[in-house]
Amino acid sequence: MMATPILQISGLTMDFGGIRALNRLDLEVHAGEIVALIGPNGAGKTTFFNCLTGIYTPTAGEILLTPPGSTKNVSLKGLKPNHVTEKGLARTFQNIRLFSQMTVLENVMIGRHCRTKAFILGAILRNAATRREERQIVEMSYAILDKVGLAHLANEFARNLPYGAQRRLEIARALATEPFLLLLDEPAAGMNPQETQELDRLIKEISTDGHSILLIEHDMKLVMSLSDRIFVMDYGKKIAQGKPSEIRSNPAVIKAYLGEDVDA
Amino acid sequence: MLGFKEIKNGLLVSLWFVFLTFPLMVVKVDPVERIVRWRWENSLYVAIGTFAVFLLVKIIIQRRSRNAAVDKEAEQKKESFIHRVLASPRQKFTLIALLLAVAIVFPLFSSSYQTNVMTTALMYVVLGLGLNIVVGMAGLLDLGYVAFYAVGAYSYALLNHHFDLGFWAVLPIGGGLAAIFGILLGFPVLRLRGDYLAIVTLGFGEIIRLVLENWSEFSKGPSGISNISRPGLFGIEFGLDGAIIYIYYLMIVFMIVTIFIVNRLQDSRLGRAWIALREDEIACQAMGIDKRKTKLVAFSLGAFWAGIIGVVFAAKTTFINPASFTFLESAIILAIVVLGGMGSIVGVIFGALILILLPEYLRALSEYRMLAFGAILVAMMVFRPQGLISNIRRTYHSDKKFPSPTQQ
Amino acid sequence: MAACFRFFFRDPGMDYFIELFCSGLTRGAIYALIALGYTMVYGIIGLINFAHGEIYMIGAFTAFIVATVLSIYGFPLLAIVILAGFAAVIWSSAYGYTVEKIAYRPLRHAPRLSPLISAIGMSIFLQNYVLLAQTSNFLPFPELIPEFAFMEPIAHIVGSTDIVILITTAVIMLILTIVIKGTKVGKAMRATSQDRTMAMLVGINVNRIISATFIIGSALAAVGGLLIASHIGQINFYIGFLAGIKAFTAAVLGGIGSIPGAVLGGLVLGLTESFATGYVSSDYEDVFAFSLLVLILIFKPSGLLGKAETKKV
Ligand SMILES: Nc1ncnc2c1ncn2[C@@H]1O[C@H](COP(=O)(O)OP(=O)(O)OP(=O)(O)O)[C@@H](O)[C@H]1O
Ligand SMILES: [Mg+2]
Repeated sequence: MMATPILQISGLTMDFGGIRALNRLDLEVHAGEIVALIGPNGAGKTTFFNCLTGIYTPTAGEILLTPPGSTKNVSLKGLKPNHVTEKGLARTFQNIRLFSQMTVLENVMIGRHCRTKAFILGAILRNAATRREERQIVEMSYAILDKVGLAHLANEFARNLPYGAQRRLEIARALATEPFLLLLDEPAAGMNPQETQELDRLIKEISTDGHSILLIEHDMKLVMSLSDRIFVMDYGKKIAQGKPSEIRSNPAVIKAYLGEDVDA
Repeated sequence: MLGFKEIKNGLLVSLWFVFLTFPLMVVKVDPVERIVRWRWENSLYVAIGTFAVFLLVKIIIQRRSRNAAVDKEAEQKKESFIHRVLASPRQKFTLIALLLAVAIVFPLFSSSYQTNVMTTALMYVVLGLGLNIVVGMAGLLDLGYVAFYAVGAYSYALLNHHFDLGFWAVLPIGGGLAAIFGILLGFPVLRLRGDYLAIVTLGFGEIIRLVLENWSEFSKGPSGISNISRPGLFGIEFGLDGAIIYIYYLMIVFMIVTIFIVNRLQDSRLGRAWIALREDEIACQAMGIDKRKTKLVAFSLGAFWAGIIGVVFAAKTTFINPASFTFLESAIILAIVVLGGMGSIVGVIFGALILILLPEYLRALSEYRMLAFGAILVAMMVFRPQGLISNIRRTYHSDKKFPSPTQQ
Repeated sequence: MAACFRFFFRDPGMDYFIELFCSGLTRGAIYALIALGYTMVYGIIGLINFAHGEIYMIGAFTAFIVATVLSIYGFPLLAIVILAGFAAVIWSSAYGYTVEKIAYRPLRHAPRLSPLISAIGMSIFLQNYVLLAQTSNFLPFPELIPEFAFMEPIAHIVGSTDIVILITTAVIMLILTIVIKGTKVGKAMRATSQDRTMAMLVGINVNRIISATFIIGSALAAVGGLLIASHIGQINFYIGFLAGIKAFTAAVLGGIGSIPGAVLGGLVLGLTESFATGYVSSDYEDVFAFSLLVLILIFKPSGLLGKAETKKV
């Protein structure tokens, strides 16, 4: 925990017209950590992810990414989403955004895009290097699908998968980009308790594989079970930060969540 | 199957259409002679036609919802004949060999006129395949595709006219220039939203045509450029009939090469990125795909093919003028892609052959050609957006331990 | 107004300028009328109604047919004008309503490009329908607006038609504003364009409102068709394409979705075209409009009065 954090956010602010969706947020994520980001609906959690991943350009603030084991950091601010992904940060979407007309395997293969090279000539000539690369893409994608438990559905259309499987496919697709930091936006939304339990196991496994994880989630049981640290926000501001046990009893958090089930 | 209610609705709808079409279809005035002709019989045709179409649509919708209710899965499995043939390599190669044999002997058994018509159809196949990269795969609605076709055609016409350059020398230049135009246009416009992109490309297409029409010193204006050389072969010049047959075989070769390349592109890293881009741009970028670059490649590759066929067009007709490059031409190529099935190579081939050959052989229909093209665009979007022959996604298998994907 | 023009009477350069200015305003007013249809439909269902130009063309044709028939049967001019205008509005609206029901309504939840392709198909279909039902030739449009005697002294600068067009357009804009700001339908329209789901939840019949939008937009286009046809004096089946594109340019220029934007865009485009053809070159008349369209979309797609927004992810 003493090393430089892999993700260092300071003063992150995002305005939409007159609305301040994020208000000077600071957050650090260290290598190997699972950090949960929680807060009531509309708190700005997804907006936070969108600013990190280059989908929105934040109004102010700085986002620094330091690959584990390295000391050189890069600023993500103002980078395009694809460049952010290239730097080693991948995400899933709250409202599932799979490529529905493509097969499950192809969805994961898309994730390999930024780590492979073949271009027009390679595609047309299909030379040895291209064939090798394609082979690797397929094999690796299968391996990732196997990890999330979808290998048997590889050649189904993504749109035909059940909801829970679609969420896992989103994770598989993000993993295929070889991120060292994975952002999950409500991965358990819409899952039944059994699926959620499997997801709990899967996320722990991914974490042991060496990916750090930043997680938005409303399912408090899952959050408490998974996270090393919890970051709570409301109306775009940080209201608390700490270990699960601290957050559980934090009065400000309970107030923000009034009416929601916090002590499950 | 169809109850009293449908019949009643059908009658009401036909009554509405009789009203709707009344001024335009019944009344015909001659403002000079000051005569009014009342064509009442048209109202009858409209009524009957509307009623029939209405019932037909109702029956289709009923059957569809019933099928969907009974077994949604079965509906999907019930693949078309063509899909089944393509799925089996033996049958596929037999079919290809057969088609190739027919294509090769075709000019020997038909008149120059028919060969010429077939050549035109083949040109549209290739144009369709080129636009299919842009619209079908990458999902970029390019309504100015014909501009790139014009760039190719005028490249050959002008270079041939001024510098006496031959067909084969200009072929890559025409394709290349069109691709460069594609990049130049694509660079600023490809970040636009889909529908704006469509309108900008339409505007660009019209600008190119208007410039060709008005800049007479450059393009000879509306009267066009004539006496363009036909293509030769290693210095051999052909007579008129010879040239027709030669261009026909040339187009066969071009088409095969195009199919080969487009097929390989579709199954590549690049092709997957195009399709993903069509499906969801934001997810695509979040997966690390460079949106701008990927779109630009699709756009300029499509333009390249249009340029190539433009050169062939100029060489085939030996005369070009701006009237050949109107928006309607773009719309025809779009109709080919939409009818065949966006993203589907086999579909586009069928689409081109149907839309170009049918009006040619059914003379009675040719008057209604553009009317039908418009109707096809609407009907396909409403009833069958995947086209006649939808694209089938390629399946991949692993060499290793993973359970083989269940085929059922 | 006449006095004001007479003030510049002696200066030919100024005369020319005013002439261009007036013809620009006239053009602009008509672009604005058609642009309103694009903007209203876009505001409410996010669709570029490519067939809108054809609705305008059908309006002009209907007016042509009715006016010519009536004049052959010897009706007085005033009756001709009123009946032709009435028929144009009725039939254009009917076509607009029908087109939406056939070609767009089934695609309400389809991918964004599907209704656009359908609209292009509709546009081609309607063009060729008129071509087959009538003729491909240019037809002389009867003179519906007489030369007013009191306009005599400045007739060489500004014609009576221009004045009629400007006044009619202004009146129609006024009525439209009242409808949209004041009536129930107008309020429902604004609600629907802001948030369709929400509008549905508060009990607005969204399909009815969309139909109403198409009907109003088509009626405006019909008036535009009638005015421009009597201004230019001839029509054919293809006039909708160019007018449609130009009106769309006007809508985008002003900021698509914005009603005052459409009017402003129409006037700016009309004046630009008029001055550009008057002072630069008339060969490239349409190139100006297309270039403006391309430039606006590339550099300021939100237009003059539109708001740029971040797409919610
Ligand atoms: N593109 C945008 N334009 C305008 N406002 C936006 C945009 N994106 C988000 N907002 C606003 O920012 C606020 C935060 O939204 P956000 O989606 O980040 O919340 P959230 O914490 O993810 O909520 P939930 O738990 O419901 O997913 C909301 O008020 C939302 O309306
Ligand atoms: Mg959210």
